[in-house]
Amino acid sequence: MTTEPNSYRTGPDEKGLFGIYGGRFVAETLMPLILQLEQAYKAAKADRSFQDELDYLLEHYVGRPSPLYFAKRLTEHLGGAKVYFKRDELNHTGAHKINNVLGQILLARRMGKKRIIAETGAGQHGVATATACALFGLKCVVYMGEVDIERQKPNVFRMKLLGAEVVPAKSGSRTLKDALNEALRDWVANVEDTFYCIGTVAGPHPYPEMVRDFQCVIGNETRHQMMRQEGRLPDSLVAAIGGGSNAMGLFHPFLDDKDVEIYGVEAAGHGLKKKHAASITGGKPGVLHGNRTYLLMDEDGQITEGHSISAGLDYPGIGPEHAWLHDMKRVNYVSATDKEALAAFQLCCKLEGIIPALEPSHALAHVMKLAPQKPKDHLMVMNLCGRGDKDIFTVADILGVKL
Amino acid sequence: MTARMDDKFAALKKQGRAALVTFVTAGDPDAATSLKIVEGLPKAGADIIELGMPFTDPMADGPAIQEAGLRALRAGATMKTTLKLLKAFRAKDKTTPVVLMGYYNPIYVYGVEKFLKDAKAAGCDGLIVVDLPPEEDSELCIPAMEAGLNFIRLATPTTDDARAPAVFKHTSGFVYYVSVLGITGTKAPDLKSVAANVKRLKKHTSLPICVGFGVKTAEQARAIAQNADGVVVGSALVSAVEKSLDKKGKPTASTPKAVHKLVAKIAKGVRT
Repeated sequence: MTTEPNSYRTGPDEKGLFGIYGGRFVAETLMPLILQLEQAYKAAKADRSFQDELDYLLEHYVGRPSPLYFAKRLTEHLGGAKVYFKRDELNHTGAHKINNVLGQILLARRMGKKRIIAETGAGQHGVATATACALFGLKCVVYMGEVDIERQKPNVFRMKLLGAEVVPAKSGSRTLKDALNEALRDWVANVEDTFYCIGTVAGPHPYPEMVRDFQCVIGNETRHQMMRQEGRLPDSLVAAIGGGSNAMGLFHPFLDDKDVEIYGVEAAGHGLKKKHAASITGGKPGVLHGNRTYLLMDEDGQITEGHSISAGLDYPGIGPEHAWLHDMKRVNYVSATDKEALAAFQLCCKLEGIIPALEPSHALAHVMKLAPQKPKDHLMVMNLCGRGDKDIFTVADILGVKL
Repeated sequence: MTARMDDKFAALKKQGRAALVTFVTAGDPDAATSLKIVEGLPKAGADIIELGMPFTDPMADGPAIQEAGLRALRAGATMKTTLKLLKAFRAKDKTTPVVLMGYYNPIYVYGVEKFLKDAKAAGCDGLIVVDLPPEEDSELCIPAMEAGLNFIRLATPTTDDARAPAVFKHTSGFVYYVSVLGITGTKAPDLKSVAANVKRLKKHTSLPICVGFGVKTAEQARAIAQNADGVVVGSALVSAVEKSLDKKGKPTASTPKAVHKLVAKIAKGVRT
């Protein structure tokens, strides 16, 4: 396990494993479909017209490439590394989620599926899925925890405007993990005509690989843009992690560039000794939702609830490839608290005129710790993976402002 | 693979009838009541007991079984108390096969090797682990076989003829045929398609096939028992537990009785 591989980019293996992580831990009813999906994805990858259609949509519908922006005032304020933002919050629908959703929906169409289901936490993946379904005239059902429906009302309304049915997950902790359970239950019951569009780099194989591949557009663009703007690769990358799709999209194209330091920032909530959602820092390996990975659980293997100020980060697990990269020590997994994220959120608004989502505010909180320790020629890229419009109500509430 | 399981199916064959497999969640609604429920199942007419290992996130189960698991967990159930319950049952009943059913994570965290050893020592005859398809056989199925426990696989309406051999390759004890596309305790099985699928799967295995998911009445059980080697009832029984609780969710004197009465009713269906 400790020997360094020739490449960090070859996973997963044919069983869907990254080291011991990943796999296909699902009910037998779903297995034939998951094997079909694996075949369909292989065929799509080999088909030039599939990639062409996706590229066209990414450019003309999503608005890619997203800019790589030098955050001059923030850089001056922090007094160290040159900080760049990868502006994935400028995508249509306001986050990186749409990159993956379009790929999966094109695949669903190839497979002849007419009904799409998805789970969502903060609502960004739900909105992206509802958007793509509207674009292609597909029926869309989004599962969302009852608690999240309450705290993310604007996104619930958006999904409904886009024609999606939003179904409250009323079981368990009534948040993202329960929405995932409900979506899996729906899938088992409707496996013949339904495609499950998973929003992060987790779930049974081939989802972690597939979602990663669709998100790699972020890192690939960053390479080109940094070469063009600075004439060399960045020295460090920073991204927030819930399940970890925006992070994996940024990191993956750089994994074999050994000089590039990589930081994944988990949500430390009220603190790592209190309620948090830092699955790697505060969890241990287990099996849930179709894959083996780091999970928040008690000593009896019962899943515990994560907490984060950001409804998009409070999932009690993480993508299996992240779990492996952690064990291999290729990526540094750190964490930021609610309080630190909130301070970073406010700083970004005031210094850069950008209202970030609470998810990348966690990444920014780490940039604020890291950048001052680095020399002035250090190039740091932070993935600004979502915009904060959806979060203003949460933030106002905490700041004691009545809207 | 355990003598108890083989003896049971051999005895049932002699009697010329199907098995009644009853599912209840270990520790639901609390440890003491749960033991009373389980101890009374054979007398009420259960041939095989499926004991649910509570889990917070039972993705393939419906609301009734999820709620039963959460009730047990709230009352302090753990893997240790589940095995303790089984041991207590086995001290008085040496013949009724008991199958532990649940999800992989609590077993994985307990430690596979230790779990198999402790489960066997407690008197377990087999395992049903919903989220371990044949693709993950090396995790638990093969070690379980080596430890002398049956690994009972689920077959479903999506298990076609091409996939069936892979599904049955390492299955032993019996095959659990899931009668519907969906989760436990929701849709009623379409009896015609169940009969056709059981017949189809019989071509691939000589193991007994027991049918479950959505079975609630004696009439359904009777109809299924005509074609299958056993009928599994679960959600209906844990719903009976739920309905017998008082306003505070505590068990009443009638809790075990409520379950046993329903088992007796369904047992009649299987036996006629």
